Amino acid sequence: MEKALFIIFAVIAVASALNILLQRNPMYSALSLIGTLVSLSALYIMLRAQFIAAIQIVVYAGAIMVLFVFVIMLLNAPREQSNVDKQKWLRALAIPFAGLLLAEASYVVWRVPARAMPPLDSSSSGVGTTYSVGTKLFTEYLLPFEVTSVLILMAIVGAMVLARRQDD
Amino acid sequence: MTNLLAWVIQISVILFVLLTSVAYLTLLERKVMSLIQLRIGPNRVGWWGLLQPAADGLKMIFKEDIVPLAASKLLYIAAPAVMLVPALMTLVVIPYGSQVTLFGRTIPLHVTQINVGVLYVLGLTSVGVYGIVLAGWSSNNKYSLMGGLRASAQMISYELALGLSIVGVVLWVGSLDLVEIVNAQKGWGGFKWNILRAPLGFFIFFIAALAETNRIPFDLPEAEAELVGGYHTEYSSMKFVMFQMGEYLNLITSASIATTLFFGGWLGPGVERFPLLSLVYFVGKVFILILLSMWIRFTLPRFRYDQLMRFGWEVLLPLAIVNIALTATVILLLH
Repeated sequence: MEKALFIIFAVIAVASALNILLQRNPMYSALSLIGTLVSLSALYIMLRAQFIAAIQIVVYAGAIMVLFVFVIMLLNAPREQSNVDKQKWLRALAIPFAGLLLAEASYVVWRVPARAMPPLDSSSSGVGTTYSVGTKLFTEYLLPFEVTSVLILMAIVGAMVLARRQDD
Repeated sequence: MTNLLAWVIQISVILFVLLTSVAYLTLLERKVMSLIQLRIGPNRVGWWGLLQPAADGLKMIFKEDIVPLAASKLLYIAAPAVMLVPALMTLVVIPYGSQVTLFGRTIPLHVTQINVGVLYVLGLTSVGVYGIVLAGWSSNNKYSLMGGLRASAQMISYELALGLSIVGVVLWVGSLDLVEIVNAQKGWGGFKWNILRAPLGFFIFFIAALAETNRIPFDLPEAEAELVGGYHTEYSSMKFVMFQMGEYLNLITSASIATTLFFGGWLGPGVERFPLLSLVYFVGKVFILILLSMWIRFTLPRFRYDQLMRFGWEVLLPLAIVNIALTATVILLLH
């Protein structure tokens, strides 16, 4: 049962990820990205990470992608222009970067030991609950957490400054 | 296997009750409207107009279903379903009663209990906007597009306040599980309801929920005075009905969540001895909240767009943050 669900959602995730690249219309690409995000969330649930799964939907599928779609609608972007082809050197860069990504992914798959999954019913004591994520974040990983929040604050302020400058 | 069967039966019953109440909410809304406007309202079809929803439904089925030539077909057809499905899914986690014993089996009156219930609800609310956005975009009509644009901007703005207003309740209860949240409000003869512990939170939640369900004074996405019909301008026949159903379902959902979070859910006097009474309490509380939002709808004028945005970001959001800080301080002092 669980294996079947994994295969279904994994196939949807990969297929919509491919569709993002293949679609010419930015709106369809954005919708495919939502498909990928939602099926990834389903995969998180199967990994007993309910909190991450819910946050994935709330933040990515619900907020960030609505913003994407909003911008696409606001600009009512015409079908993709072909100015990508002018930058040939980018294309050459793509291959080593893809190789690097693949190497990283296979390193992770290779090195991280396989662990037995706790049964789905005992999820309340598991690692992926809100309680355990919260406790870890505010005790063991407090410094990285706070540093990240400062980083995001800097990004927000930076975006504000850049957007405001055009008024003068 | 019997568990699965019980599940399927429970879900079917809920679905039936929900869709029927959606049909009758349209009648109720028109009756309440005419009461407020000193009119009589629909009274021709059946006694007190009680068959009006059936007549409306039949009429809509026989209307021609039009797909505009310039529309992007797939999304245009999918949009009403995208609107309806999240609205129906939310009700799965809401406890609508304590538990009843039927045929020697104890059945808890909620479909499922998940420990991130509040987040699940918030996630579905935020995904629910896609139906409106896609309808607006795929119709290829400038009014629809404006409606879709407004919907997405409005949803993003009020979702933040909505989410933050619930944090107060979560702090008091210490759980994201809706069943737990109801159980935590038990006792003290109703004085443990979260509305008394987090009144500001309820105020913010109610306003933000009105905005999320696109009801007057927040119905900018379909403001008929400026946008013809907004995002559903091009829709006709049953697709149009599906949007209407989605809106009323969202109304029921938000009222049920408000009941669960702030008004003790199904709790009330005598629930321990007569478990079926819990259903009555739950439906009654939801009904009162729905009446309240209808009252607001027919009393207040619509916001202007810039007022809407300013209110969301400059009033509601700071208020929600202050509410969290206040609640956290009070809890810290009490312990």
